[in-house]
Amino acid sequence: MTLAVDVTATRGVFEVRAAFEAEAGQTIALLGPNGSGKSTLVSTIAGLLPPTEGRITLDDTVLDDAENDLHLPPERRPIGVFFQDLLLFPHLSATENVAFPLRARGVPKPEARLRAAELLKRLGLVKRAGARPRELSGGEAQRVALARALVVEPELLLLDEPLSALDVGARLRVRELIRDELASFSGVRIIVTHDPVEASILAERLVLLEDGHVSQTGTPEEIRAGPRSRYAADLVGVNSFRGVLERLEVGAGLLVTGEGDIVAPWPEGFEGGEVIGLLRPADVTLSLELPDGSARNVVQGRVTSISVEGERARVRIASAPPLVAEVTLASVQRLGLRDGVVTWASFKAVEVEILPA
Amino acid sequence: MLRTPWSRIGEILTSETALTALRLSLIVATTAAAISFILGFPLAWVLVRTTFPGKTFVRAVVILPLVMPPVVAGVGLLAAFGRRSGLIGSWLYEWFGIQLTFTTAAAVLAATFVSFPLAVLALEAGLRGLDARLEDAASTLGASRWYVLRRVTLPLMGPQIAAALVLSWARALGEFGATITFAGNLQGRTQTLPLAVFEQLQTDTDAAFAVSMLLILLAFAVILSLRGRFLR
Repeated sequence: MTLAVDVTATRGVFEVRAAFEAEAGQTIALLGPNGSGKSTLVSTIAGLLPPTEGRITLDDTVLDDAENDLHLPPERRPIGVFFQDLLLFPHLSATENVAFPLRARGVPKPEARLRAAELLKRLGLVKRAGARPRELSGGEAQRVALARALVVEPELLLLDEPLSALDVGARLRVRELIRDELASFSGVRIIVTHDPVEASILAERLVLLEDGHVSQTGTPEEIRAGPRSRYAADLVGVNSFRGVLERLEVGAGLLVTGEGDIVAPWPEGFEGGEVIGLLRPADVTLSLELPDGSARNVVQGRVTSISVEGERARVRIASAPPLVAEVTLASVQRLGLRDGVVTWASFKAVEVEILPA
Repeated sequence: MLRTPWSRIGEILTSETALTALRLSLIVATTAAAISFILGFPLAWVLVRTTFPGKTFVRAVVILPLVMPPVVAGVGLLAAFGRRSGLIGSWLYEWFGIQLTFTTAAAVLAATFVSFPLAVLALEAGLRGLDARLEDAASTLGASRWYVLRRVTLPLMGPQIAAALVLSWARALGEFGATITFAGNLQGRTQTLPLAVFEQLQTDTDAAFAVSMLLILLAFAVILSLRGRFLR
């Protein structure tokens, strides 16, 4: 089974254009920063917001076809939606919440309650079956919402930020639970998140959404190997420069970005034009004095943030262009780096990898 | 309280006049409350969930009966439904031989007219306080619009629906001006409790006080039954 999405959806003045496909048995993550259009896209796939252009199909079933004015209402789509803020019915018990989709489809009450109770049991909620949503803990409510989305065995499972509302401890537990449930769910699985860690743990393929359009799709490895935007590069922890590569000398070019120029290698056979330059943070050297070495790129800037991961520190520098450098914690201490300190950053031209834009 | 003729109260309240008026009052008020809810809910829904030009005007018209003197409402109803001069009334009479004035239906119409705004206001508040995304969630779970209304919207609005019913019922029960102007004061047909009080005040003052006391107690019971739900 394949979900094929190729739509434009509009909410107010905000427009989202997205095209991607999702196969059954595979988890797709829609990954993007806040305001990138993720929730708009969720509403559109769920059928709550008809697209202004384009089509959504699930195999032969047309869910939306704007050109032909076709719109399958949400209640007739074989989609289980898990909402970011859960949206459990406050006036119904956990069991009644889970039984709701069955009852709505005309399953008799005793059978619906039995099936709901069985599912709650599988998710370890036997003792909370009679509780109202406000009496449940964050993790319990999360599981009830998951059960409610799964109980009718939909063909597509749409999880919108399933972990964002949880504290760190509960998040790890629920993430494992979601991973297990996803693994045993045979339909199309889509998870929407702004957290790259969550996305790469739960999903096999990523669809990156930025400013209302898909900037890149691929496996986490593919995106790591060649991020095609600043956001994607940030996600996988590399520097990226988008700009025009101009011929400088044999074997080297000047990559002109809007925020500063860098010297980069000239790919063999390249005709010139727009490119993306990638630079690993570990290849950036920091120093307090103007470095006197072979590095062709030397820039100066103020440190804007330092984040420590184990023995390594990622230092963000407001240079032209802005850079992220990865150095040892010892270097940070030796150089006396902290927010606001002005530092030199240098890297060799050959360390910059040039990809066609 | 002091003027209430406690020694005669049983006799007065079980008199033919009082019992008939009480029965009629309950029928009129209950019917008016039911109609106010049935018509008020869709109207409140439209006012809360949709936008259209002239919405402010429509809301003003709906609330108007609340702020205008009931006797004027009665005059307005006469102008619309009067047998001879009413715009709709004369037409109804000529074509179907239906006369609304001086019937129980007229009393119901008058009571509905003045209690309707209260129902709409309470239902509007209820719909406004409802998280519409819960209805969205319900529809993604396979619920038809009718099922969503029955199992999500209405149950979640329980307190406001109760408030709408009780407030409009109470307002209808106390209705005087519009009723006497439009429906008249006919025992057994349009003479509700307040009209009975008015008439008895001229003949048997004691009886008027006793029936008034009954109305005060009814009103008090209504307020208690709401348990501050609407006034909170």
